[in-house]
Amino acid sequence: MNLRHRTRSDVADPTIESVAPDARRIAASVVDPELPMVTIEDLGILRDVTADDQGRVHVTITPTYSGCPAMETIRADLVESLTCAGYRRVDVEFVLSPAWTTDDLTETGRATLAEHGIAPPGPVAARASGPTVLALSARCPQCGSLDTRESSHFGSTACKSLWVCRACREPFDHFKAL
Amino acid sequence: MSTPLVEYVLGLADDALVSAQRMGWWISRAPELEEDVALANIGLDQLGQARTLLARAGELEGDGRSEDDLAYLRDEREFRNVKLVERPMTDFGVAMARLLVVATWQSHLYAGLCGSSDQTLAGVAGKAVKEVAYHVDHAAQWVLRLGDGTDESHLRMQAALDAEWPFVEELFEALPEGHEALPGVAVDPVALRGPVLNDLRGVVERATLTVPDVRPALGGGRQGLHTEHLGFLLAEMQHLHRSHPGATW
Repeated sequence: MNLRHRTRSDVADPTIESVAPDARRIAASVVDPELPMVTIEDLGILRDVTADDQGRVHVTITPTYSGCPAMETIRADLVESLTCAGYRRVDVEFVLSPAWTTDDLTETGRATLAEHGIAPPGPVAARASGPTVLALSARCPQCGSLDTRESSHFGSTACKSLWVCRACREPFDHFKAL
Repeated sequence: MSTPLVEYVLGLADDALVSAQRMGWWISRAPELEEDVALANIGLDQLGQARTLLARAGELEGDGRSEDDLAYLRDEREFRNVKLVERPMTDFGVAMARLLVVATWQSHLYAGLCGSSDQTLAGVAGKAVKEVAYHVDHAAQWVLRLGDGTDESHLRMQAALDAEWPFVEELFEALPEGHEALPGVAVDPVALRGPVLNDLRGVVERATLTVPDVRPALGGGRQGLHTEHLGFLLAEMQHLHRSHPGATW
């Protein structure tokens, strides 16, 4: 993965006078590099976008997991897309609080995940607490069956767990409630 | 400048960092593919927590040290982690016993730190407390399966608990004198002892295992006094950064 900071924020055309009014829209269209079917807005990690009339824009995002390696790529992608749109200076700030939860996923985000074979998370409040957690069933995104089992709490990225469908026998990813 | 708060935050950061490094050893060595993935994810969560905590320690210290400076350029005696996390973890039973202890302790610690008056500590704790719940669950399920499994797995799981238990007590060591400024910011380690041991006992007994009755090992990790194992761990973790300063890829 390329973690270079792409700092092209100061090389935009200085003749551009007016600031594009759609900083929010541009920032919101950046996708998660590990889940490229969903935007960072649908994922619920885009917290705030403010732009001033000097061509400066400040974007606030929050990580899904503490160690999420996608954050640096998302930062670089935000800088690049906003710079290409004419912003002269792009600052991306990471905030931890309030902590992201899967309840922040939008309805569009959930539907898009399911369309791409990733079972969306259930509500966080439904997770039992205690030393061992009773897992609720996840609906198979392939055939729709609820006759599924978790094969591992942990999947290909920090935010997913691995499941197998007993009905269609296919494995699938589940975006786990957090 | 080192202050009681810097020392406290470094302690938590180093616990998470060194745990993550030990966890990384398992990648490609776990008993099944799902476990490789699981332990890598758990290590990554711990590393993420360590990064934020190290960055905060550097900020509080005010000497311009970054998270990388603190992770890669300190020597053994400057590390503030407990001895529990630095010892080798090359037996799967030991790995699960260790994770059960560390994650159970962190779950109570981070739950308490959510109310810290330090916004960064509260922020990292708010995220970590949810991540660590999955770690506790993962470790507990293995301890139950191995403890209540075959005669062989029971024996080896008990041996793993016996090996880890002398190092549990250091987690609850009182903060040193002069840390009066920490109430409201830190969580008193002594107060975590009851709830953590209670949770651990619950899992161990359900797994048909016995809570070891052992004398605590000598502490000192928080003061930079470590076992002989930490130096080797740091040599592996730090050598690339030290040999090639500023290298990126």
